[in-house]
Amino acid sequence: MTAVAAGPVRRRKYRSVTRRNGAGWVFIAPAVVLLVVFLVVPVLMALWVSFSDWRGRGSPLAAGVSFVGFKNYSTLLLGGGLTTADLGTSLRNNFYYVLFVVPVQTVLSLVLAFLVNRRMLRGKGFFRTAYYFPSVTSSVAITVLWLFLFTSTGAINGVLGWVGWHGPNWFSEPSGLIHLLLGKLGVQQPPGPLANHGFVGISWWEWLAGPSVAMTAFILMAVFTTSGTFMLLFLAALQSIPADVDEAAMMDGATAFQRFRRITVPMLRPTIFTVVTLGLIGCWQVFDQIYTGTQGGPGKTTLTPAFLSYQSAFNEQKWGSGAAVAFILFVIIVVFTVLQRLVLRERDTVPRRKRFVRGEGGTR
Amino acid sequence: MRAHLMARRLGGLTAGIAGLMALAACGSGFSGGGTSPTGTAGGTGGGSGSLTVLIGSSGDAETQAVTQAVSSWSATSGTPATVRPASNLNQELAQGFASGQPPDVFYVSADSFQGYAANGSLLAYGDKLGAVSDFYPSLVQQFTYKGKLYCAPKDFSTLALVINTDDWTAAGLTDADIPTTWDQLAADAKKLTGNGRVGLAFNGEYARIGVFLAQAGGTMVSADGKTATVDSSANVAALTYVQTHLKDGTFAYASTVGAGWGGEAFGTGKAAMTIEGNWITGAMTSNYPNVKYKVVPLPAGPGGKGTLQFTNCWGIAADSKNQDKAIDLVKYLTATDRQVGFAKAFGVMPSVQSAAAAYKSQFPELTAFIDSASFAQNTVTANGAAAVITDFNSKLEGLATGDPKAILSSVQTNLQAVLNQNQ
Repeated sequence: MTAVAAGPVRRRKYRSVTRRNGAGWVFIAPAVVLLVVFLVVPVLMALWVSFSDWRGRGSPLAAGVSFVGFKNYSTLLLGGGLTTADLGTSLRNNFYYVLFVVPVQTVLSLVLAFLVNRRMLRGKGFFRTAYYFPSVTSSVAITVLWLFLFTSTGAINGVLGWVGWHGPNWFSEPSGLIHLLLGKLGVQQPPGPLANHGFVGISWWEWLAGPSVAMTAFILMAVFTTSGTFMLLFLAALQSIPADVDEAAMMDGATAFQRFRRITVPMLRPTIFTVVTLGLIGCWQVFDQIYTGTQGGPGKTTLTPAFLSYQSAFNEQKWGSGAAVAFILFVIIVVFTVLQRLVLRERDTVPRRKRFVRGEGGTR
Repeated sequence: MRAHLMARRLGGLTAGIAGLMALAACGSGFSGGGTSPTGTAGGTGGGSGSLTVLIGSSGDAETQAVTQAVSSWSATSGTPATVRPASNLNQELAQGFASGQPPDVFYVSADSFQGYAANGSLLAYGDKLGAVSDFYPSLVQQFTYKGKLYCAPKDFSTLALVINTDDWTAAGLTDADIPTTWDQLAADAKKLTGNGRVGLAFNGEYARIGVFLAQAGGTMVSADGKTATVDSSANVAALTYVQTHLKDGTFAYASTVGAGWGGEAFGTGKAAMTIEGNWITGAMTSNYPNVKYKVVPLPAGPGGKGTLQFTNCWGIAADSKNQDKAIDLVKYLTATDRQVGFAKAFGVMPSVQSAAAAYKSQFPELTAFIDSASFAQNTVTANGAAAVITDFNSKLEGLATGDPKAILSSVQTNLQAVLNQNQ
């Protein structure tokens, strides 16, 4: 009897939990269905395509399509032909793009946020809107604007002309910045080892080219458009830092720069992580500027993996290869994000211990 | 084809906006291979017996002319048909082929033809066309894959020399000086160079510089299509000739004089001559109406006369439910009268020889283009060659300071690899 008495109570409890769970599932079902249909299924299908010989006709899951293992990947990474060279070139281009855009936009957006966060600033609203404006404008529209600004007779070269500098025809100049710099120092021809050895289909000398002049224009554009978005993230984080921390530091006699360096930046670390991660992902996936602007030219120096993937699939019917490029890109993004997380974590633990030691020394 | 690629790149840009929004919104990296189940490109032809025609239109004039022609065919045949201009032809075709519901009839550019033929998307209907002999033989050859004619040539264009007549007379040149040899071309270009103007400007790409290869007697691929012949001495001579004059400043790439393409360099007076196709007339009329010019055939090189031709065809989907009607429509659209009509409406050159006379009387100032058909070379369009040509173009951009032989031999290697794959 006791068991019977205990039964309904337990069952009721259990039932109410399942009912609550059931209701939860019903509420999230629309979102889950959307995610599965438009994200999970396409991603899995793309993954399958990257391992198949599908050539764009009929469903990739149809009977005629067969599994080819890592063939698409090995042709891309180890084939040694033009396909490999194209992938290498696109990775090189995008690497320099990331290398310049991510640090510059992070620092710039932090500085902008710091400036517009100051209590004394007049016309704060105006500046906040002005800096944020490029971010809400369509990237296609900005690309077109950029194409006009950076023509050989465009506004940028006009301004450069005032200081007596004859600007290049930006979007048709394929030479790399580092190559140009080396050229100025008298290194016109690559040293033998750099020219004869390489990685992913292109020589080390090619890897060392640096971003081309055309890519530099895109780098400037990315900084211009995305700094505003990240400024907003930093601004929100800055406003959540309690004012008394700053005041306490002020009482201790810290200068403005010391407070920025020692208080603000450490407290912004989670936001910095977000901004750098978003920046890394966005930069590695750069596509729309290339598609509307240069289509990979001049001299393939603005070819990026995302555009290469599109090009080989839609224009050359090499769907397996295109999908494989997309997944190589995915791996690269994951690796960079993990690396970056490790680096930021490392720094977080070391100074705390140091600070403790230093504090002890200070009291004596 | 080039012209409307260019137009899309520089002006329109509406093409990608919608697609880009979608791509940007859901992570562009993964979209390359995934085909979302929303098959928008397909015709709903199904059992209703109607046809969908997808065209990569250069503008309103072309869309209207094709729509009118198709609807008059519908009236006589009793089969309803709708014409839809594509905003991005390759992309929409790819979606159609993947979903199994492609449009029935569509434009296919020579560049993408072999890719579609190889993956089985196209119906090889050449043997049902009847009068194939009226098409220019080189065009028929362009759309023949593994011995079968896949689709009927729609129209074509050739490259010729466009001369600014005011600059020409100002430099003291007369009709007798119109270049017929490379030496004369160089001499004329030298006289025309000066006052911030180069003698001859053209795009720094295979699709223009290729005319010099043809004039030198060179080819890219052997006649049987199995061997790459890029590094021949004729081709080296051609690139060396171009390089010499790029260096002495009488020739220039359009990009180096700050123009997007040869027509812009020519129209804005930065060049006195350019090498372009018949689409330049449209750009001249709308953008540079005050520039007087004339069109002459390109000069002959050591290998004789030569130029390049570009073309596209009327493809029919292998998955089309109404293939017989589609073939009937294509026969109607490629008939001489219709082609003359298209030429009048939007200036394309008819793909049938029987329409040449009508074209010449309609456009007496453009006869050079259609006269060049007799010695025009097809561009390289082997399956997978597009990447090789893109690579060639990127190397040609550095021709002025590069080594012609090294450029050609690397292209030779790449092209041969592609040709080996196709066999």
